Amino acid sequence: MRQHSSRYCAAIAAALTLAWAGQLEAAQALAQNVPEIPMEAVEGFIKLPEGLYLGEGIGVATNSRGHVFVYTRSQDTRLFEFDEDGDYVREIGAGLYGFEFAHKVRVDKDDNIWAVDEGSNQVIKFNPEGRVTMVLGYRPPAVAGAVAFGPSAFWGQSGGPGPDERYLFARPTDVTWDTEGNIFVSDGYFNHRVVKYTPDGRYVGQVGTGQRGSGVDEFSTPHTIASDNQGNIYVGDRGNRRVKVYNSDLVLQTMYEDVGAPWEICISDGPHQYLFVSNSNSDSNPAASWDISGEVYKMELDGTIIGRFGEAGKAPGQFQTIHGMACRNPNELIVAEISAWRVQKIRLASEPVF
Amino acid sequence: MKRTMQLLLGVALVVGWFAAAGLFPAQAQVRQIQYRAVDALSDFPDDIHLGEAAGVARNSDGDIFVYTRTGNPTISLGTSRYVSHGGARLFQFDSDGEFEREIGQNTYGTLYAQQVRIDPDDNIWTVDQMSGQVIKFDPDGNIVMVMSRKPETMRLPQRPPPETPTSGEGREGESFQGPTDVAWDSQGNFYVADGIRNARIAKYEPSGRWTMNWGMRGTGPGEFDIIQGIAIDANDNIYVADYANERIQVFDTRGNFRREMRGFGAPMAICITPGPNQVMYVSNSNPPDNLDVGGEIYEVELDGTIIGRFGTAGKMIGQFGTVNAIDCREENDLLVGELGNWRVQRVTLRPM
Repeated sequence: MRQHSSRYCAAIAAALTLAWAGQLEAAQALAQNVPEIPMEAVEGFIKLPEGLYLGEGIGVATNSRGHVFVYTRSQDTRLFEFDEDGDYVREIGAGLYGFEFAHKVRVDKDDNIWAVDEGSNQVIKFNPEGRVTMVLGYRPPAVAGAVAFGPSAFWGQSGGPGPDERYLFARPTDVTWDTEGNIFVSDGYFNHRVVKYTPDGRYVGQVGTGQRGSGVDEFSTPHTIASDNQGNIYVGDRGNRRVKVYNSDLVLQTMYEDVGAPWEICISDGPHQYLFVSNSNSDSNPAASWDISGEVYKMELDGTIIGRFGEAGKAPGQFQTIHGMACRNPNELIVAEISAWRVQKIRLASEPVF
Repeated sequence: MKRTMQLLLGVALVVGWFAAAGLFPAQAQVRQIQYRAVDALSDFPDDIHLGEAAGVARNSDGDIFVYTRTGNPTISLGTSRYVSHGGARLFQFDSDGEFEREIGQNTYGTLYAQQVRIDPDDNIWTVDQMSGQVIKFDPDGNIVMVMSRKPETMRLPQRPPPETPTSGEGREGESFQGPTDVAWDSQGNFYVADGIRNARIAKYEPSGRWTMNWGMRGTGPGEFDIIQGIAIDANDNIYVADYANERIQVFDTRGNFRREMRGFGAPMAICITPGPNQVMYVSNSNPPDNLDVGGEIYEVELDGTIIGRFGTAGKMIGQFGTVNAIDCREENDLLVGELGNWRVQRVTLRPM
């Protein structure tokens, strides 16, 4: 019966209405004359068993062994694991209570797998064996009807758990950790804040006014976050077209405003870390977007742009709205795309070409 | 604005245990009971996961039954009315917590798990808040009795409740509105806590024939504000967890009010040991949106004297995340089902 079902359809419709109301129009990056980094896509990297298909490529992450985790909006939201060669290993969390509408998957330093679901409003931690070990947020009771977003019987006119809620999210987008294992959740489409928790899931504090805004400590859809070896937290403030860098006490350090709208960011491993920022073309493919967006920037952590690669398009090696990036190895990225229903492996030259 | 307030008031009744939950300061000077806790369940098949552990109970062999909110509660489109599917599953584990089987797969009434209890003959009773049904399975897992009827159609979102809340007295017969628990007296009569959108206890003969109702919405004796649980002692005293009134009321089998007990916060899950010296466990569960209040479980004499307390709200093993069920068939060896942490813990009190 699943194929005839539509859960939270009203909520999704409301979300789309808002999404199309303006903040997702294509963003041309301010940075100009950026050198191109030569790249190639590995042909046929992800190999699916017969009868299994990916849907929207929403999240992708790798663990310390190079295994690839793909969180996808298929007929149901599902999480798959592939090995380092792209061969299928298994499904994780089949039929899970918290899997409703994928938004991000990340793997922490201990190889725990974290899924961020904007349908159930939960962040779910799996151990490396694929069993749930922690749940952040709370899925509203089904008895209240569809309540994820917008006015409802459960939340009234407020439309969802507000920014004062310490343990509830409203369409959360991403998760990362500092060096102590504290957890940071970007919460996200509705509350425009980043919330910090202890490693055992207890609320510490947050940044963001709770309203969409462009002020110093405001966000407009914090869509992606990542952290570096010093415990700094990088927030892709998509609607404001800037990457904001906070320390782990959530004090603003600096901002990078010249690389377009950060749909997705990631930071590579190793002693010399790099920041990758995707200025994805809009998921609705407005006509002008292909010419001015769709590229990815490689940067030093201090914001210096090293180069750029990629372009909007549907062919292999082009990008159709990157929504997930895994970049442990800065010369070998794995990207997930919303509009192309695929995951690509990208090899980069280590030096840009001028 | 007025309409908004009315809507919110109504909502508070629909999912009252959530909305009404807040700071319920319980008795401060209570002895701490030493305890040890472990994850109770193991050996799951790869494609089976617990969701919210709404109900947990053991049978006479020590087998563990868990009624869980998992999968996706679903409303299907393309029909002339919204039809609901799925969203709850019943699993059986052996006494060591190893997975044995699923019971009642894809049955009509499994929408939103609320509780599971095992009667003296090892029959398994599930209570489903959304289908409004109480289902009796025999020990082999066959359905042998169905109480109340699932609504033929659901709203999306569910229609707000009436702006003037009902009295909660319910109908004569079945027609549960948000049932939460079930218990049996020594004669095999059973009692359904019809407690979220109604505020009554309904009594039935062992055959399932309705006997009587008692209770209505309110704060006085014999009145309830969200009934979260029910338990019966060896002398057929009936203990009703009157959640938002922050008390347990005690009745005889005719529904006559005997007394009330307070001092352990807002009781959510309750359980009475088999005896001979029976004690009761009561959970002052933290609300699912707050980890910083409540969460402790009380051990209480049947006269209301608090023996001690253990635990606090949290996500780690040994902490509790919105306890909705306690099994206490084995004294000092409890099973605790949590909504917030999607797990069942085995809690050993006073370990050597």
